[in-house]
Amino acid sequence: MTVGLEHYLVVSVMLFALGLTGVIVRRSVLVIYMSLELMLNAANLALVAFSRFTNNLDGQVFVFFVITVAAAEVSVGLALIVALYRKRQAAHVEDLRTLKL
Amino acid sequence: MHPELLPWIVLFLPLGAAVLITLFTQRNRELSAAISIGAVVAGFVLSLIFRAWVGWQPEVRESAVTWLSVGSFQVDFGLRFDPLSLAMLLLVTGVASVIHIYSWGYMKEDRSLPRYFAGLSLFTFSMLGIVLASNFLQLFIFWELVGVSSYVLIGFWFERPAAADAGKKAFITNRLGDFGFLLGILLVWTHLGSLNFTVLQENFTADPQALGTLATVAGLLIFCGAMGKSAQFPLHVWLPDAMEGPTPVSALIHAATMVAAGVYMLCRVSFLINAPALEIIAWIGGITALLSAVIGIQQNDIKRILAYSTLSQLGYMVMAVGLHGPTPAMYHLTTHAFFKALLFLGAGSVILGLHHEQDIWKMGGLRKKMPVTFWTFIVGTLALAGLPPFSGFYSKDSILALAAEHNSGLLIVGVIVAALTPFYMFRLVCVAFLGAPKSDAAGHAHESPQGMLWPLRILATLSIVGGFIGIEQLYASQFHTLPLEPSPSFLQELIAPFVHAPMAAVSGLVAAFVGLAAAWALYAGATEDPLPARLGALSRWMRDRFYFDELYEATVIRLHDLIAAVAAWLDRWIIAGVAVRGTHGTVELVGRALRLLQTGSLQTYAFLFAMGVALVLYLALK
Repeated sequence: MTVGLEHYLVVSVMLFALGLTGVIVRRSVLVIYMSLELMLNAANLALVAFSRFTNNLDGQVFVFFVITVAAAEVSVGLALIVALYRKRQAAHVEDLRTLKL
Repeated sequence: MHPELLPWIVLFLPLGAAVLITLFTQRNRELSAAISIGAVVAGFVLSLIFRAWVGWQPEVRESAVTWLSVGSFQVDFGLRFDPLSLAMLLLVTGVASVIHIYSWGYMKEDRSLPRYFAGLSLFTFSMLGIVLASNFLQLFIFWELVGVSSYVLIGFWFERPAAADAGKKAFITNRLGDFGFLLGILLVWTHLGSLNFTVLQENFTADPQALGTLATVAGLLIFCGAMGKSAQFPLHVWLPDAMEGPTPVSALIHAATMVAAGVYMLCRVSFLINAPALEIIAWIGGITALLSAVIGIQQNDIKRILAYSTLSQLGYMVMAVGLHGPTPAMYHLTTHAFFKALLFLGAGSVILGLHHEQDIWKMGGLRKKMPVTFWTFIVGTLALAGLPPFSGFYSKDSILALAAEHNSGLLIVGVIVAALTPFYMFRLVCVAFLGAPKSDAAGHAHESPQGMLWPLRILATLSIVGGFIGIEQLYASQFHTLPLEPSPSFLQELIAPFVHAPMAAVSGLVAAFVGLAAAWALYAGATEDPLPARLGALSRWMRDRFYFDELYEATVIRLHDLIAAVAAWLDRWIIAGVAVRGTHGTVELVGRALRLLQTGSLQTYAFLFAMGVALVLYLALK
């Protein structure tokens, strides 16, 4: 059995769905954050797969950028979570409801 | 210098005085009075100079500046010079001068004297504007200005509710007539294409059918304006109430300015009004004359008697206009201005001498105590009663002669009024001036200062000679192409009425003597009115002015209140309720409902966001 584009994409979709589920259902901010990274990487996988099967390097270049931005985002995001914990003593989303009027 | 400059100065002098007094000299009583009196007297002198310079028939008929022009529609602000406007110019400035001077004596003690003189000057300015106006629009503007200044002056003592109400009544009643007047002006403009009197007359002469089927309506609408200003039935109710103003103001309103404006305007545009409209106008004049003369018989307030006599005389003038006779109308207006101003100023002198007592049954015996006032008042009364050789006889006779020529029904009305006039006037004289004093105030009455007596003497002189100084010939030269033949000698002038129309003259004279004799028989030495006992209910009806005020209260005013209530309900519940509050309430309700969706939970938002993306993808890829 040869591994085709479909297989990569299915894995990518499963990873994305897992990440989304994590974002929606998990309570810890940190875990939500990890799920978010999972979703990014699912997208990366899909891009690389397309790039490989269409013989076009643009997709891979795109992935580099996504990884770079994700790294930067992680540093900012983690710093925010730490700052938030220091201020509120909370890392659970149920305690962070100040968006409501 | 062009002579046409003079009338412009005459017109704007009183306005300047009013502005100056209002803005700068409110605190200085003497200066305010001096400015106001000076302006109007200077206006009179300049008018005399102008008249001497250009004569009655000036070569330059109009002096105008373009005021506004919209497309092909152009309105001038112009002055018109013809015998009619020049005679009125002299009359208004002359009588107003006399009244201004008299006011200084009468109002000396009043706190708000500067405000009074400012109002008086504004009034004079407005009236001069009407007299000199060269087109309908300008006339209408000054017409409204007269309304405003009458409001200011009638309500001068606004602390008294009666005076404030009278001011409002005068203004609103006038506005009612002016509404019709404005419609009439618009009608004339749409059909004849101009507002200028000269152009109108030319266009109308060229095409007498220009107004088409609306000619009668246009005439009656224009008459509506005169009906308000000249207080004709059924809009006559404001004039007697206007007595709440200071007495010199009443004199000004009744003699030279406000009520004269209506008759003057009718004469100015009499060429526009067709025969059926004139017929109605004549009858309204006749009804007014008769009705108010009857009411006048049972009034007890000295100023109210005079007010009803004014109404009655205005009825005569309007009747004359309606009988195709602007000349007699203007003639009577002029002589009436002299003796009515005289009578009002005389009444003012009496009121002042008795410390503001106006009930004639609390006067009496004033002949000895106020001789100048008494004798001048007698002159005014005889002139009003229409006894020769006083001016009132000649002008009233010219109207009766006109009625005899055109309409015998109105001649009868005219003769009855001619009998009633001396009756109520001599009732007033007998009760107020003759007999014994009927109250303490009358017993201690004193003659007024010279500043008030000289105006009386001047007006009395004019009232005597008004019939012989060529006033009728002057107006005749305006309204007929051929001037009336001036009588060759003074004696012939004196008996002219008996030669021209002996029937009218004799019946008028007999009526006057009948009225006089009846008044003498009933009221000489009377201490209370014998008429209520003899006439019963009728006398009560006369005293209560035939319940016109009550009738209007029950009909017109109620109706207005009803409409106002409906409008208020619509405004409160439909406009403010449904339209404004409804919109605002709906938006607020929707907002409250939508707020429930805002949970503040990040994960709910993320879920909804994902659902949204899924939905968009589904729709995009379907």
